Amino acid sequence: MSARNRELLNLGFAALVASAAFASVSIVGTGLVTTHWLGYVGVIFGLYLVAHVVGRFAVPYADPTLLPIVGLLTAIGLTVIYRLGPEDARRQAVWIAIGIGILCATLFWLRFDYRVLERYKYLFGISAIVLLMLPSIPGLGHRVNGANLWIKVGAMQFQPGELAKIFMIIFLAGYLRDKREALAQGRLKDLGPLLLIWGAAMLVLVQTSDLGSALLNFGIFLAMVYAATGRLVYVGAGIALFLAGSAALYNALDRVQQRVTVWLHPWTDDKVFCAINGKLEYRQNCDSYQLVKSLYSIANGGFGGTGLGKGTFTTVDGVQLIPYLNTDFIYSAIAQEAGLIGAAAVLLLVMVLVARGMRIALIAQDGFSKLLVTGLTFGLALQTFIIVGGVLRVVPLTGITLPFISYGGSSILANFVMLALLLLVSNRATATAVNR
Amino acid sequence: MNRQISRVAGLAMGLMIVLIVVTTYWQTWARPSLAERQDNAIQRVAQFEIRRGPILSPSRVLARNRERHVGERTFYLRRYPQGQFTAHVVGYSTVARARTGLERSLNSILTGADHSLSSLVDQSLDRLNGRPIVGDTVVTTLDVNGQRVALEALGSRCGAVVALDPQTGRVRVMVSSPSYNPNDVEDNFGRIEKIRADCTPASPLLNRASQGLYPPGSTFKVVTASAALDSRKFTTASTFVDPGYCTVYGKRVNNFDTSRPFGRVTLATALQYSVNSVFCNIGLALGAKAILRQAKAFGFYERPPLETPESERLPSGLYRGRELYDPRRDRDVDPGRMAFGQERLLVTPLQMAMVVGAIGNDGILMRPFVVEKTVTPNGKTSFRTRPTKIRRAVTPATARDVGDMMVRAVQAGTGTAAQISGLRIGGKTGTAETGITGSNTTWFIAFAGAEGQKPRLAIAVVLQNQSLTGGATAAPIARQVMQALLTPTAKN
Repeated sequence: MSARNRELLNLGFAALVASAAFASVSIVGTGLVTTHWLGYVGVIFGLYLVAHVVGRFAVPYADPTLLPIVGLLTAIGLTVIYRLGPEDARRQAVWIAIGIGILCATLFWLRFDYRVLERYKYLFGISAIVLLMLPSIPGLGHRVNGANLWIKVGAMQFQPGELAKIFMIIFLAGYLRDKREALAQGRLKDLGPLLLIWGAAMLVLVQTSDLGSALLNFGIFLAMVYAATGRLVYVGAGIALFLAGSAALYNALDRVQQRVTVWLHPWTDDKVFCAINGKLEYRQNCDSYQLVKSLYSIANGGFGGTGLGKGTFTTVDGVQLIPYLNTDFIYSAIAQEAGLIGAAAVLLLVMVLVARGMRIALIAQDGFSKLLVTGLTFGLALQTFIIVGGVLRVVPLTGITLPFISYGGSSILANFVMLALLLLVSNRATATAVNR
Repeated sequence: MNRQISRVAGLAMGLMIVLIVVTTYWQTWARPSLAERQDNAIQRVAQFEIRRGPILSPSRVLARNRERHVGERTFYLRRYPQGQFTAHVVGYSTVARARTGLERSLNSILTGADHSLSSLVDQSLDRLNGRPIVGDTVVTTLDVNGQRVALEALGSRCGAVVALDPQTGRVRVMVSSPSYNPNDVEDNFGRIEKIRADCTPASPLLNRASQGLYPPGSTFKVVTASAALDSRKFTTASTFVDPGYCTVYGKRVNNFDTSRPFGRVTLATALQYSVNSVFCNIGLALGAKAILRQAKAFGFYERPPLETPESERLPSGLYRGRELYDPRRDRDVDPGRMAFGQERLLVTPLQMAMVVGAIGNDGILMRPFVVEKTVTPNGKTSFRTRPTKIRRAVTPATARDVGDMMVRAVQAGTGTAAQISGLRIGGKTGTAETGITGSNTTWFIAFAGAEGQKPRLAIAVVLQNQSLTGGATAAPIARQVMQALLTPTAKN
């Protein structure tokens, strides 16, 4: 069976699973067996079918598992978002549609040779910094939660950091491919432009207090430098820099101190000063309220979960118990309703996606492609780790999105661009292998 | 470059595996302890979707469910038909203020979380069929009529009554005054905060029967007398000269009424009339550690075992500040004062009921229990409490002698107000002065049974802020409760 036929078959399975999930949520929510939910699944997988057809034309040899897994992940996210609030789900569905559109456009545009991107590597690097700085521009920026991550144009909100991450990876892939030999031999002056652009990006991120993204970009950078040079010294130096930077940030920013305290000691037996209301409170009722409630949500799921649509997220009077449930904390919603089985399934899907991505990096012929895919794929894994690990109290919690699942337009769009690049590299790598 | 990429891939996979492992930890290993936390709002709401098992007395409903529909979901909220009469033992289960009492400690049974494999299968099927999970029924040993009589007898006074069956340990009455209506906890908590009684703070939520610590006063003489007889240094006929006071470390310790010294008395008379100086001298002769050893045999220095939450039961003993204090040497405490119940001794009514119960049960201390059995939704008894012996507290001879002396105290001594015709009652009064006039802590502890039979009831009554003696204030309450529980016509 050809790659594209297998992709079609897998998409069919994904649609089947998504239909079951959506039916469950819909039946629990209304108490009636209706079919209006079919609209959602129909439209979404209809669009994926379009992407599949475009793929047949633009990337015939690409990995057949990528698109179906992404389809399933977005459908799972959409199902949970629908269950939490149908209004948000409608908007998310529109974003997914636009994302698939961008996927098709990218595939079509770069169908001959995506490696033209390498030529514009500095442009990408500088664009990344400009994108990151946009929210800091007065009048354009929009502050949410103590971090300047959003730009607002009219009614449209956009988080440019997500796209900047991909641009940065393209820049790094291009630059490191050029200089990897020199860097591997330890010619440090070649690090100059690299550190300049990347350092500026990190500075902007720290300045806007987007610590989750800063950590993510830092991790991607180290992984790519290591992949390019094979020198652990760089990784060691990077980690040392990171630790020093973290210590400085910890001392400089109350916000960071608070996050770390919450991470280490979410529960207190005695009441401590609570900055939110200025009174003495148990920490679990104050600073660590979100984290603790989310852990309770996860624990409540147990092995098999409460069942989709049957989880507890509100009080008896309908007041929301966990804030940012459909973005930062969507994993705790999935873990409660789908249980360990469902949550592990989601993580395994991401894991398969990462494994396939790394496989593409291994079979790709040129350094740019290898580094590009390594960066994108490792970024996917690290981003999942930072947010899910934060929710699970493995690392301090920083608000970033769960790729393909969390509610949020910018994240969806950026991730589809990433998927397009993976498909393009995969197509080229396999095609070369076949034709040789 | 492929070697490096493989390593990066390995790291990425490792990160995902860490997430799966940690998710497993929270959802399986850490799950029970998180579910137990009082601030777990998710559990608090989720548990109201479970049809909680009712709590019953042998003949009445103490807690049942009331359905409330919110959208498509059904919540089972709690109602307490007996209101204030069983508030402290049963406790409450609310959305707003979590849980207390049996509702808290037996939560996993009441919500069916404490399941065997077969009920686990049933529950999974129920869940698949969209039926609510149903918890087990808890049947208590409480006598609702006795509860009512005790609480009404306490009236506006602050105090507690504990009555149990000394032969089995069955708790028949456990009330604390002032009480509160558990139905107000969810929506009318202000009403509970407004409750006033003859003490400040009124603390209606406190279960004084097992959480209240009071100086035992002369009721502790039962422990001292037991230690004295068990030591074989004294008999009931040992004689003492009472000058009206006792000298400890050069200081005089007075009798309750110094104007009328008893002169030459036996131990039996001393207990009958509660002569402090005699017990003071016994204390000096035995030493503090010997008396405390006897107290420990009665269960002091341990949380009294009961099915209510651990935090709602306090151990009795010597206290230093808020800490239980166990002296290592005899001279660390004053044995003379301790012997008649002073010297920072603090006890709970439940503990004193256990003491008098052991005396009434030939010296054997039974484990008190308030849960008779639990029943599964399909009517099968899943658990039934078997009466268990904790230990022998005193020899049968000592128990008999102390018991006889206590009977004399009720027949013609400090406890005559507790007499009930046709019943053999042995009791001991207690009046612990706090130094402020009109705020004595008064006690009455007693065992009672039909003439010629082993006692079927042990009771402890405590009252705060009293101006009169235990014989005048607490004994009449004990009498009313004993009558309600032991007279067949008032059977419930």
